[in-house]
Amino acid sequence: MDLAELHAIAERERARRKAVRVLCCTSSGCQASRSLELFHQLEAAVTATGQDEAVEVASVGCMGFCGQGPMVRVEPANLLFERVRPEQAPEIIAALAGQPCSVERGDPNHPFFTRQMHVVRRNGGIIDPERIEEYIAAGGYEALYRVLHDFSPAEVIQEITRSGLRGRGGAGYPTGLKWATVAKSPGERKFVVCNGDEGDPGAFMDRSILESDPHLVLEGMAIAAYAVGAHEGYIFVRGEYPLAIQRLNRAINQARKLGLLGSQIFETAFDFKVEIRVGAGAFVCGEETALIASIEGRRGQPRPRPPYPAEKGLWGFPTLINNVETFANIVPIIENGADWYAAIGTEKSKGTKVFALTGKVRNTGLIEVPMGMTLREIVEDLGGGSPDGTPVKAVQTGGPSGGCIPARLFDTPVDYESLAAAGSIMGSGGMVVMDDHTSMVEIARFYMAFCMDESCGKCVPCRVGTVQMHRLLSKIAAGQATPVDLEQLEQLCRLVRETSLCGLGQSAPNPVLSTLRYFREEYEALLREDAAASANGKP
Amino acid sequence: MSNRAPADPAPTADNRQKLLEATMRRHQYRPDALIEVLHKAQELYGHLSPQLLASIARSLHLPPSRVYGVATFYHFFSLAPQGEHTCTVCLGTACYVKGAMEILTALEAETGLKAGHTSPDGRLSLLTARCLGACGIAPAVVLDGVVIGHADAETLRARLHALLEATPVAS
Amino acid sequence: MAARTLTIDGRLVSARAGESILEAARDAGIHIPTLCYLDGLSEVGACRLCLVEVAGSNRLLPACLTPVSEGMEVQTATERLREHRRAIVELLFAERNHVCAVCVASGNCELQNLAIQVGMTHVRYDYLNPVCAVDISHPQFGIDHNRCVLCARCVRACDEVEGVHTWDVAGRGIHARVITDLGVPWGQAETCTSCGKCLLACPTGAIFRRGTSVAELERDPKRIAQIVAARQERW
Repeated sequence: MDLAELHAIAERERARRKAVRVLCCTSSGCQASRSLELFHQLEAAVTATGQDEAVEVASVGCMGFCGQGPMVRVEPANLLFERVRPEQAPEIIAALAGQPCSVERGDPNHPFFTRQMHVVRRNGGIIDPERIEEYIAAGGYEALYRVLHDFSPAEVIQEITRSGLRGRGGAGYPTGLKWATVAKSPGERKFVVCNGDEGDPGAFMDRSILESDPHLVLEGMAIAAYAVGAHEGYIFVRGEYPLAIQRLNRAINQARKLGLLGSQIFETAFDFKVEIRVGAGAFVCGEETALIASIEGRRGQPRPRPPYPAEKGLWGFPTLINNVETFANIVPIIENGADWYAAIGTEKSKGTKVFALTGKVRNTGLIEVPMGMTLREIVEDLGGGSPDGTPVKAVQTGGPSGGCIPARLFDTPVDYESLAAAGSIMGSGGMVVMDDHTSMVEIARFYMAFCMDESCGKCVPCRVGTVQMHRLLSKIAAGQATPVDLEQLEQLCRLVRETSLCGLGQSAPNPVLSTLRYFREEYEALLREDAAASANGKP
Repeated sequence: MSNRAPADPAPTADNRQKLLEATMRRHQYRPDALIEVLHKAQELYGHLSPQLLASIARSLHLPPSRVYGVATFYHFFSLAPQGEHTCTVCLGTACYVKGAMEILTALEAETGLKAGHTSPDGRLSLLTARCLGACGIAPAVVLDGVVIGHADAETLRARLHALLEATPVAS
Repeated sequence: MAARTLTIDGRLVSARAGESILEAARDAGIHIPTLCYLDGLSEVGACRLCLVEVAGSNRLLPACLTPVSEGMEVQTATERLREHRRAIVELLFAERNHVCAVCVASGNCELQNLAIQVGMTHVRYDYLNPVCAVDISHPQFGIDHNRCVLCARCVRACDEVEGVHTWDVAGRGIHARVITDLGVPWGQAETCTSCGKCLLACPTGAIFRRGTSVAELERDPKRIAQIVAARQERW
C-alpha cells in the first residue's frame, strides 16, 4: 500500500457514489428503535420505485440526535427525518421526488446542530462505519501516511504537545506529556492501549465514536504507537457494547487486509498490530492499573501508583493508555496542525469535547462543542431546556466521580478548571440534566450505591466506607437521620476521599460533597431533630 | 447480563467444546486470555459450571482459585444457569432520572422476582444493568437481547406477559 | 548501596536507596501501623493503615510501597493520620463479626492490637453483621470468615511462598471472600498441601488450627520471612 493506492481507493469510492444518498443511522440507540428494519425497507422502496441508478441507501453512524431516532438524512438536499418507522420508508423515498410526506421532519438548522463543532465526530452519520473505503474517501489514513513518511516520532509528540490536547477520559492529563514519558521509558516492548471501558452511567460518547467511525480511533492509535515506539496495541471495550465490538473487529480486519495495520505499514519499517479485549462488567476497569490487570486476564483490581503505566504497565512494560475520544482527536490534529487545534477552546482546555446530553432535557443525544461553551448554552440552546416546563435544577457531570452543578452556576464555562472549581469534574462527558422533581439526596444515594457495587473490595476505606455512607444516605432519605448522622457522613467522605487506593474510592464521595455544597437544605429538611442527639450535641 | 450476539451459528452440544478449544488455541492457551475464554464459554454454555471452570483452569495452566476469583469478579459471568428469558432493566443515571426504578419495581411486583434472580421454573431472569449507553432513548430495557427504548412499565408488563405465554417451557 | 537521608517525624534518618518508608522507619525505631503488610510477602497497599504524609505530595502515601528519597520529609502520626487510622480500624470491626471475647486469636491478634494502638474505644458505624460461614472441612485447619479482614496475606503466602495458589479472593466489594480452589470447602481443595503457611500469615483468628479454643491460637507470622530468607540463602 502506498499513497497512490490509497488515493485510487478513494477515487473508486467517490465514483461509486450515487447522486442522492439516503443516510440511515444504524447505531445501537437507533437500532433499538428498529432502524435496521427501516434501512432494509428504504432499500426495498428505492428498488420498488426503480431509482437504483440515482439513489443509494447507506447505513451510517450516529447523527447525535439520539432522542429523536431513528434518524434519516438525505443528501444533498439536506432533508432530515426523525422518529421514522420502517413502514414510513416508501413515503420518504417518494418525498425525494417531491411528493408530500407526513414523516416528522427535523430542522437541520436547529441550534442543536448548528452550535456544534465536529472534530472527532466529523464522519459520524456521514460514512458507513463498516466500509473502510468510505473512511479512506473522507481522507482517512493519509495522516498516518504523512506521519510515517514526514515526521520523526519526536516531531509527532511535539505536534500533539503543541496542540494542547488533554486526556478525554476525565482527568485531563496533557496527552503530549504522557506520550513523551512512554517514548522515553526504556523497554524491550511497549504497548498502546485504548480505554473504551466507558463505565460512567449516562455516558455514551465512546460507544458512539467506536460505532460510527472505528477507523478514526485505529488510525489515532497507530500514530501514537509510532510516536512512542510501540508495536502492539489493545482496545479494551465494554462488553455492554456488542455493536462497537463487531464494527471494530471488522475495521481491524479491513485495515489489516489493506496493509494499514500489521507489518511494514505503508512500506515503512513500522509494524503495529491491534487486538480487542472485551470487558466483562466492572466499572473499576476504567482505572488504568485495573484496566491493565483485566487485559492480563486478572481480577480488575487497581494497584497503587507510582509506578505509572507509562513506565511499568502491561506485563511491566511501558504502556500508553488513552481514552477513545483522545485517540479520535489525533488524526484531525495531524491533518490540520497543532495551531489550528490550539485555536479552538479556552486558554487551558483546547479543542472540542463530546458530551452525552441526557436526563430532563428536551433534546437528548450526543453533542460536540468547543471547550468553554457555558452550561447554559448547552442545556438551554442545544438541549432546548426542560421538556415539560419544570425548572431545571442542576446538571450532573463526571458520573459517579463528579458532581452536580446548580442552575445558578450555569454560566460556568465547560473546561477542566472551571468544572473542578465548581466542585465537579469534566469526566468522560456524561451530562445528566435534573429538574425540580429530582431529589438531590436520592441522586447522591444512587451514585453511592453505584460505587458500593463497583468497589473492587481491595482497600478497606472504599470497600467498607462506601457501604457505611450508603447506609447513612438511606437513613437520611428515609427521614430517620439526625444531625449527628450527617456529621458522620461528612467525616466518612473525608476519610474515603483521602485514604482510598484508587480513583474510584477517592472520588466516590464527590456526588455527596457537591450536593451537600449546593443543596444542603435538601439534606437538612430530611433530618429528624432527635431529642437525645440535640441534648448531647448542642449547648 | 449477556446481550452479545452469538458469533457462531447455533452451537450444538457436541461442538461447543470444540469451539471453546478453538478460542483457547487462537490465544495459544496463554493465561492472560482467561477473560476472553470465559466470555466464549459463557456464550456457548450460558453459564460457567464448576466442571467448565475446572477444564478451563487445566487448559490455561491456571490455579483453579484464580479462575474462580476472576469469574466471580466480573458482573458478566454467571455461575448459575440464567432463565430461558431475560429482562434487563438499565439503571444508568439517565434511565434512573427518567424513572427506571419505577419500572423495575413494577416488574418485580409483576413477576414476584427480586432483581438479579431467576424464577424457580427457570422461565425468567429479572436483571439490572449498569448503563447500556442507550441514554438517548432512556429509560431502556433489554428483553431477550432486544433493546427497548422509551420504556414504560405498562407496555413492558404486557410484553413480558405475552412472551411467557407464547413460548412453552423448553424440555 | 547508596544511602539516602530523610526525616521521619522530624528525626534525621538514613536509609538504603530503594528501601520503603516503612522499612526505614522501622530501622529507626519508629512504629507505623500495618495490617496487609507482612515481611516476606509482596506489598499490596490495601489496608491503608500505613498511609503517611510526605511534604510536597498532596496525597497520603502508603509507607509500605513508597520508596525513600533524598531529603524526603515524612510525617507518620499527625492528628489527621491518627483519626483516619482509628476510623479504618472501626470500619473493619463494623464489617464482620470481631468479638474478641470468643475468638481463638484473642491476645494474639493483629487487629485487636491495632484497636488498642489507635485508641479505639467504640465503633461509631453500623455493624453490618453479614452471615459468614465457618469452614472446618479441612482435617487440620479451619477458617472463620467472620474474622477475615481480606488482607490477602494467606493468598500471597500460598502463592508466593508455598507456590500452589490454593487461595484467592472471589467476588468483589463488600461481598469479597477468600476461597480455596473453585470456591469448594477447604477440605476438598485438591491443590492444598496442608503446609499451614496461610495459618502463619493470617493476622486474625480467621484461619486457625482445629482444636484450638478461645485465646489459644499461637502462631508466629515472622516465620514466613524466615522461610523466604532461608530460601534465598541456599547455595
